[in-house]
Amino acid sequence: MSGPRRDPDMVRPYVRTQGRIRAREDVRLESVVIAATGPTDTLGPDARRVMRLFAGANGGLAVADIAAALELPPSTVRILVSSLMDSGHLSSPVAAIDDQPDFDLLQEVLRGLRSLV
Amino acid sequence: MDCAPSSDRADRTDESGRAVTYVPATVTRSAKIVVAGGFGVGKTTLIGSVSEVRPLRMEEPITQASTGVDDLRGTPHKTTTTVAMDFGRIHMAGGRLALYLFGLPGQSRFQPLWEDLAEGALGCLVLADTRDLDASHDALGLLDGAGIPYAVAINTFPGAPEYPEAELREALALEPATPLTYLDARDRISSLHALITLTEYLTEHRPAALLESRR
Repeated sequence: MSGPRRDPDMVRPYVRTQGRIRAREDVRLESVVIAATGPTDTLGPDARRVMRLFAGANGGLAVADIAAALELPPSTVRILVSSLMDSGHLSSPVAAIDDQPDFDLLQEVLRGLRSLV
Repeated sequence: MDCAPSSDRADRTDESGRAVTYVPATVTRSAKIVVAGGFGVGKTTLIGSVSEVRPLRMEEPITQASTGVDDLRGTPHKTTTTVAMDFGRIHMAGGRLALYLFGLPGQSRFQPLWEDLAEGALGCLVLADTRDLDASHDALGLLDGAGIPYAVAINTFPGAPEYPEAELREALALEPATPLTYLDARDRISSLHALITLTEYLTEHRPAALLESRR
């Protein structure tokens, strides 16, 4: 809240999201998205800012990363990303074939944390 | 691409001059653990201790009704405040998995925010300070209400009073199975051990809803 930031309340959230008010259920703070393809000239200004973050990037960004980088509310970014996934501009990273189907998230997190101590 | 995600990540500066740390291209899944607790209890410190990337901050404006006792018009004023949330990231599983840690403010007036942002969390680590245990009550109430499993960690501030575990459990009204542990949020290993305690508990008491939502 310090520094000369613009006030996010100056613009109503549904203006930023081109009228959309609801995020996809699978688009959460931690959801990682990568750039796909598609012309961006029809997108709204904030959606274009999201896409510019991905220009030339070798990797993805989570919804939270986008919100922090663009100083936009995470709830708004969830909706923007939902729209950009529906339009095909963004997509989820595709699991490699060797990604086991029973990939157990909790067990992987536990193993991962234990390997760090 | 090798499997050392924290070293092959590409940092870049965005249009406003902040560094953007991309998620390595190896990552195909992500998960979220919430760190909750009252103001100043060490959420941001803990996230900074364990994150493999520089912690970032999001800001969410929330509108809330503020009814005053003198308000005779029956139309409560609405005020907008901005809630700051810090977060960090750990890469694991050979670079396939990114674990995000989000610090969420525990005050009960932020309940709408919680419903939006904590959804899908594996679980929550609630930080508490023995100098002000009451500050944890709101967070514990929010978690009980939302059905999010949690562990409690006492952040051991120098000079803070020490109480027997039974007294702490009673003061925090914890279920017998809920883990209660201690950490120094400034210390990476100590903080990681608390996250391991939480995750061990989650694997043993895995809510059915989690299994459904993850497929």
